[in-house]
Amino acid sequence: MTTHLTTTAEAPTGLALSLKNVTKTFTSGGPVVLDGINLDVLPGEFVTLLGASGCGKSTLLSLIAGLESPTDGEISTVAKPALMFQEPALLPWLTAEQNVELAMRFRGVNKAERKIKAQELLSLVHLDRAVKQRPHELSGGMRQRVALARALAQDSSILLMDEPFAALDAVTRDILHEELIRVWQETGVTVVFVTHNVREAVRLGQRVVLMSSRPGRIAREWQIDVPEPRRIEDEDVSRLAGEITAELRKEIRRHAN
Amino acid sequence: MQTNNSDDLHSLEAGLDALQVGQKPHTSHSTWTKVVPPIISIIVVLGLWQLAFMSHIKPDWALPSPAMVWDTLKTQWSQGVVWPSVANSLRRALTGFILSIAIGTPLGLIVARVRPIRTAIGPVLSGLQQLPSVAWVPAAVIWFGLTNSAIYMVVLLGAIPSIANGLISAVDQIPPLYLRAGKVMGARGFNSVRFILLPAALPGYLSGLEQGWAFAWRSLMAAELIAWSPQLGLGLGKLLETGRDLGDMSMVFSAIFLILLVGIAVERLGFAPIRKRILRNRGLLAS
Repeated sequence: MTTHLTTTAEAPTGLALSLKNVTKTFTSGGPVVLDGINLDVLPGEFVTLLGASGCGKSTLLSLIAGLESPTDGEISTVAKPALMFQEPALLPWLTAEQNVELAMRFRGVNKAERKIKAQELLSLVHLDRAVKQRPHELSGGMRQRVALARALAQDSSILLMDEPFAALDAVTRDILHEELIRVWQETGVTVVFVTHNVREAVRLGQRVVLMSSRPGRIAREWQIDVPEPRRIEDEDVSRLAGEITAELRKEIRRHAN
Repeated sequence: MQTNNSDDLHSLEAGLDALQVGQKPHTSHSTWTKVVPPIISIIVVLGLWQLAFMSHIKPDWALPSPAMVWDTLKTQWSQGVVWPSVANSLRRALTGFILSIAIGTPLGLIVARVRPIRTAIGPVLSGLQQLPSVAWVPAAVIWFGLTNSAIYMVVLLGAIPSIANGLISAVDQIPPLYLRAGKVMGARGFNSVRFILLPAALPGYLSGLEQGWAFAWRSLMAAELIAWSPQLGLGLGKLLETGRDLGDMSMVFSAIFLILLVGIAVERLGFAPIRKRILRNRGLLAS
């Protein structure tokens, strides 16, 4: 059993995060959820993790975030990663601004600085006018943007995203894709983005990592060389998505018997 | 080009935000619709009461008319009995309630969060809530005599389990997502309790407090009714007991009326505005 390491010293030079032979079983002797995952991510890289249900992609993210420990293998990251969920998970009794500030408060940032930084981050996600509003007064897309600002407020160089746009309508999602890419470009943060939506994976990622299910393994990787600004309806995006979908279906079909 | 794109996205988002947040329907609840129904219901109750009085179901001394009770109340007021009784009882109830909060809150928090303690005293705590606190009066009188201490003991034993149990179930009902979000943001120990756990539990905790108040108030009335000595002085329960001693039904009714009035006032002026504010902030209250 190897412990989860998150110190700078442990991250191999030149990498933002590195997984070595990471294996996870929830009960000893039980089914293997993740089996020998090896993954290196460069600083500032945008990687999308793609897979069908049961491939353990969310579990993998929890392991990287340090919410759970791997059964075996080694995880090293240059910083304690920030994590965004499918639900905005905003605290309903706080305003947008206070939600963003809370993440800084736990880091010990002083009040004046918190206030300024929260304004900056909400402005970054184009929510200047919603600063004083509470989550229930915001739309789903706006909440998810507050959640993005809050994740950025953790001031980590690594941002983990667990299907953050899965619950949004297609129009909102399309706009948030653009928004996320813009924020990523402006901040230079390293992003690991989990999704089951192939087009989304290709639209966003510089690299798409396909995982197979039961046990979760890395099946194949694609470098996506389509230049930004991309659109989800771009021909190159469609072509690659088609290719990856074919591979994903092959993986799913293996479970038919 | 880049700037253009960014501006484009900004205006696109602003439009979408405006469309999705939508307009709030303006439902104006005038004071009219708030005031009229309760007044009508009071008139109906008084009317039925007067009708029962006039049809002589019971002799006049056993069922006095609203006017007779009102007269008694006025006489008691001019004798200077009403206000000291209300004030005395209210002060005792508030003191007991505040003490109960001070004890019940940490108790509830510990039972909710520490597994072994929960297994040990959780069932006792819910059992105590079922136990009518009047049952403690004889024990309290034997231990403390006919003193304020005896009365506080009964009030505390009535209110503390309610407050603690309210907080326990409130903590149990916190969506795990909030705790998870707190953990991801790095909330630990005291920070996690202060900024995530307690605020998340607040609506349920407030219900526990309301119930705790009701138990404190009821326990106090029971204690005042049963235990009395000159050093305890006036009180609403005492007023009720005096009415029974004298066989004066108007006095009994006026005491009941006063007890009811205090209960309504505490709920309307104390708890209701706080509850409304908490629920509105969280979007749990239709405007």
